[in-house]
Amino acid sequence: MVEENQFRSEESTKAFHKEKFPEQPYWNPYIAGIGLGLVLLSAFVLMGRGLGASGAISTIVATGVAKIAPNHAQSNEFYQNYLTNENPLKDWLVFEVLGVLFGGFISGIFANRVKFKIVKGPRITNSTRMIFAVLGGIMMGFGAKLAGGCTSGQALTGGALLNLGSWAFMLSVFAGGYLIAYLFRRFWL
Amino acid sequence: MIAPFYKFGYFGEEFSLIIAFLIGIAFGFFLERAGFGSADKLAAQFYFYDMRVFKVMFTAIITAMLGVFFLGAFGLLDINLIYFTPTFLIPQIVGGFILGFGFILGGYCPGTSVVSASTGRIDGFLFLIGVFIGIFIYGELYPLISNFANSTAMGKQTLHGFLHIPYGVAVFAVVLIAVAGFSGATYLEKKFNSKFLGRGNEAE
Repeated sequence: MVEENQFRSEESTKAFHKEKFPEQPYWNPYIAGIGLGLVLLSAFVLMGRGLGASGAISTIVATGVAKIAPNHAQSNEFYQNYLTNENPLKDWLVFEVLGVLFGGFISGIFANRVKFKIVKGPRITNSTRMIFAVLGGIMMGFGAKLAGGCTSGQALTGGALLNLGSWAFMLSVFAGGYLIAYLFRRFWL
Repeated sequence: MIAPFYKFGYFGEEFSLIIAFLIGIAFGFFLERAGFGSADKLAAQFYFYDMRVFKVMFTAIITAMLGVFFLGAFGLLDINLIYFTPTFLIPQIVGGFILGFGFILGGYCPGTSVVSASTGRIDGFLFLIGVFIGIFIYGELYPLISNFANSTAMGKQTLHGFLHIPYGVAVFAVVLIAVAGFSGATYLEKKFNSKFLGRGNEAE
């Protein structure tokens, strides 16, 4: 058996791997939603705060700017907001996002979903997909800062607390998406 | 009142960072299980053939909202101690639209791109790099746009406060709207599933 395995071509090893460790289906959305809701609730109960993602990235960006150009960061109110701690990276959201990185990986491993690949629609090239992934990320980073948070910090957290601004934000995200979805259908369909 | 535990001093800052990491693990785990580490599953929301983004998000919001409401009503959780972001209405609406556009172009949001990158998705990793760049651009432009970013400030404003209705009524209304939304979403999925079935390819 061992010898046979050694002589397997790369292709058949891949096929063998796929057969032995098939990707598991995703969870029922309502079950996953209840799980997420309980995670958010435990953040409220334990910490008195919600979840976040873009806030942690802002802290890392501000720390980087302060390392490279301290005077420049000093004179900018936006960066200063993230540099209040003696060690700015010793921050709740930074640790939380490190956990997200780890938790996503654990879930992916157990469901046989961890692999290097580019997720895209069938009618778009790899290079176009990669360029627009960066572009979308840039818009997302910019927009999240203008809105005071992203889907985690505003839509989920503020949504559950019935925060007016968060609900206005969340409806705008969906509206913006649906507004241009048809125009860019070639990306995903 | 016994919660939020941190605000009542049951543990210190160091331990709060351990909790942050553990909560993050659970957050990332459920995001990945929901399918949110894959851009095609997320983008499907906007083409109606798989509405799991809406279903997962609103189930999560309802779950946490009801938890906060009832723990508060039973006197276990002091809602006023939970950090509540102030409303800047127009910047938040404009920011929301930019996020919506970015979502269609890039396929993720900041949190889901972290999960996507952690499971090896190259597009998710590139998206995450983009988020860093976008925040840096915002930081550099902040002196020019701070006036707009801080406009239409309404302070800490709740939906029920704004509409002058009781908290419980707002909670009940959100549950009703979400449940109606769930059945509407399932109807749309069935309608569009036949149209787009088999679409959404993943390149190795």
